[in-house]
Amino acid sequence: MVSIRINGVNRRFHGDPNMPLLWYVRDELGLTGTKFGCGMALCGACTMHVDGGAVRGCVTPVSFADGKEVTTIEGLDSEGNHPVQRAWRAHNVPQCGYCQSGQIMSAASLLNRNPDPSDDEIVAEMAGNICRCGTYQRIFAAVRTAAQEV
Amino acid sequence: MSGIQNLSRRDFLKNTGITGAMVLGAQVVPSPLLAGARAQSTGASIQPNLFVSIAGDGMVTITCSRSEMGQGVRTGIPMILADELEADWQRVKIWQAPGDAEKYDPAGKDGQNTDGSRSTRHHLDVMRELGAAGRYVLEQAAARKWGVDPGEVYAKDHRLYHTGSGRSFDFGDVVDAAAGIEVPAGADAPKLKDPSRWKYIGRDMPVVDNYDMSTGGADFGADVTIPGMKIAVVARAPVYRGKVKSFDAAEALKVQGVEQVVEIPPLPDDKPAEFRALGGIAVIGTNTWSVLEGRRKLAIEWDDGPNTAHDSSTYDDQLRAAARDGGHVIRDRGNVDEAFAAADQVLEAEYFVPYFIHTPMEPPAAIVDANARPVKIVAATQSPNETRQYVAEALGVDKSEVECQVTLLGGGFGRKSKPDFACEAAILSQMTGSPVRVQWTREDEIRNGYYHAASAHRMKAGLDTSGKVTAWHHSGAWPSLIGLWAPAARTGHPIEYGLGLIDTPYDAVPNLRIENGEADVMIRVGWYRSVNNIQHAFAMNCFANELAAAAGRDPVEFLLELIGEAEVMDLAKDGVEDPWNYGDSVEEWPIMPKRLSNVLRVAAAKSGYGKPMPAGHGLGLACHRSFHSYVATAVHVVVRDDGSLHIPQVDMVVDCGRYVNPEGVKKQIEGAAIYGNTVARHGLISTTRGAVDQSNFHDYPVTRMNDAPLDVRVHIVEDFVHLRPCGVGEPGVPPYTPALVNAIHDATGKRIRRLPIGDQLKSA
Repeated sequence: MVSIRINGVNRRFHGDPNMPLLWYVRDELGLTGTKFGCGMALCGACTMHVDGGAVRGCVTPVSFADGKEVTTIEGLDSEGNHPVQRAWRAHNVPQCGYCQSGQIMSAASLLNRNPDPSDDEIVAEMAGNICRCGTYQRIFAAVRTAAQEV
Repeated sequence: MSGIQNLSRRDFLKNTGITGAMVLGAQVVPSPLLAGARAQSTGASIQPNLFVSIAGDGMVTITCSRSEMGQGVRTGIPMILADELEADWQRVKIWQAPGDAEKYDPAGKDGQNTDGSRSTRHHLDVMRELGAAGRYVLEQAAARKWGVDPGEVYAKDHRLYHTGSGRSFDFGDVVDAAAGIEVPAGADAPKLKDPSRWKYIGRDMPVVDNYDMSTGGADFGADVTIPGMKIAVVARAPVYRGKVKSFDAAEALKVQGVEQVVEIPPLPDDKPAEFRALGGIAVIGTNTWSVLEGRRKLAIEWDDGPNTAHDSSTYDDQLRAAARDGGHVIRDRGNVDEAFAAADQVLEAEYFVPYFIHTPMEPPAAIVDANARPVKIVAATQSPNETRQYVAEALGVDKSEVECQVTLLGGGFGRKSKPDFACEAAILSQMTGSPVRVQWTREDEIRNGYYHAASAHRMKAGLDTSGKVTAWHHSGAWPSLIGLWAPAARTGHPIEYGLGLIDTPYDAVPNLRIENGEADVMIRVGWYRSVNNIQHAFAMNCFANELAAAAGRDPVEFLLELIGEAEVMDLAKDGVEDPWNYGDSVEEWPIMPKRLSNVLRVAAAKSGYGKPMPAGHGLGLACHRSFHSYVATAVHVVVRDDGSLHIPQVDMVVDCGRYVNPEGVKKQIEGAAIYGNTVARHGLISTTRGAVDQSNFHDYPVTRMNDAPLDVRVHIVEDFVHLRPCGVGEPGVPPYTPALVNAIHDATGKRIRRLPIGDQLKSA
């Protein structure tokens, strides 16, 4: 049995502790904001936070989060108004939108750790998240904007 | 054209969830049938659709009949209607239409398939008419309530005003009086706004889904759940048209959460692939992780079938030989042979572009309940109407018994026009008796996709003593996407010729021949963002750059000279009758060399072309017409000593005629640079004994932020003469690769003739 606090709610999971957090939150909890993109921690679409740090949910077993605090895109801000989310809208970042939950969670994790990242630090962090619509230029600008607000 | 009806308070609205008291629909009828259909339209046989409804509280609901995959269509198309209606955008909601081309293809042109960069150009007129009709009905209703002449009433910003008294109503105040007001047609049809009075068309608008997309609230294909639904993944043959010889599911069935393992029958030998299910072994269970684990534990013996000779180590050279051999002349001007004999210099070069795969961030996913009537499909599909058709065939039911709801698409790029994944869900739902969601993984998407055709190009040109091109001969070979329907096809289809080859824009060249060689289709070849334009633009722009160097001339001046300044290029003069022109007539959307020259000139100016650059820096330009739009791209590249690239700036100039949402245009063109950057530098699908070698983003890399240009400047040419709207989603991609490759030559003197660039610069 695994005990996790997800978006402020205590959960107990009795299933396979090797199940990745991605599938646990999507299939068991119905938190579908976290997306499946590759299953190999290569694209970042499934990025969520465990104790404030970014993890790729597709390769992180539920057991890893036992006793820890997990935040998904749905729990980043109760109103959807985290500075990163506001910056995303101000820059009209999304095209299809599919990768954006993961992009936002990566950016929020970066700014948690480093509120004043250099351009190179932004690129290094965000290079783990793929966007096939090609919104990188706006993501880069939005992270810079959000950094001024956190 | 369509007939517009006021459908307020009609019985059929009861089950639609539309609560509006005023509803307008458009009868979707191809124009030749319109006269006959009008006569029937009072009968019950034609089911009206819904395009705009206005509720008593004034909320306007506009139908979006196109699939949203990041191109902004759920914003752009409704903007048109809202503008003509004089609605306030803050009080507009969007309703996503289900798949039903009889009802929701108001332009009657494309069967509701969101593809070919055509939504805006096919919907601008009809959405304006619907908006104007709505405004007309509201004005009439207000006049009725006030008891005044309708000519004294006008709509503005969601209100209706009476000129004489200054009285006004909110839109919602008059919907109760709207029933029964007929929308006149023909010469009396409601007048469209003069473009000078447009308040949304032509202005930047954020996408309607911005909030949901930034909070995880947007629903994509795999985000929908229906009661009793099972989840399935499928193991498919590694080689196209391979089959299951035998399988053992014992270990898979031991996985907690796995409930069943069943075989989806293979494609029958006599049926072309089209969009049908490929067949394979499906693992079905209660959650995605369980079925993925179960699939890993399957033991399957495959019969690899007839395509094991499809091996890149030999197939690529077969394409090169086929390009050299040519054989099918598709456009011929003057006499290239005589011109080559008389030329001062004759140059030849071969270009090669490999297979690509789409990799939308959302792998395909669809839910089908085959046991309900009507059959229910929920899918991330570009083409919901064809999804119904293929699912109906898979289930052996009539298409009228199948419904398809469309979710948001996590990228499409052409992959999601092909509903094989929905067919799989349908077959599994029928076999198991439960609703089933089929989830494709990234490996499935890369190994069992519909591939952008690999292609080889033999380019040959003659120059006279002054360095002018006297003859141009382009011969290309590729496996045709028409093989999906005609597996024995060995030559290209007119559609592929029309994708930037037969319409080669070098109109000023006196002798010109375009030729097509033969190739076997040994994999599912399908369309990909920009389709064959990618390789055609690459080969012709880069070869032109080579010729300029051989002639000792400026490459941009040289390219401008090839294109010329003609108003219209008439392919009929070169023996081409009725060329495929993106499904539209050449009268309405002609090929216009001077617009191509214009964007190239603007790109040179915007990029600072001609100024000296530091060592290791290069600036390359290229231009291409596709989907009726004209795009020129200038790439500034820095090639470092170790062969790695940095791209500090890209300028992209687009002439797309009339546009609706300039912010949307900019985003599509910015994204095209990134998509093009993957094509140029990374994209490579290869095969060994028929099986695709790549499987995920580690061996099929795509552009990430650390190799992306982050300063892409989009310049929209304001074309007030050619106001017909043109495509935007795809035309930005083709010129990117040749611009980058030409920039690399400018920086290093090295020619790249084979994609991807990969590490070709590192080995130098």
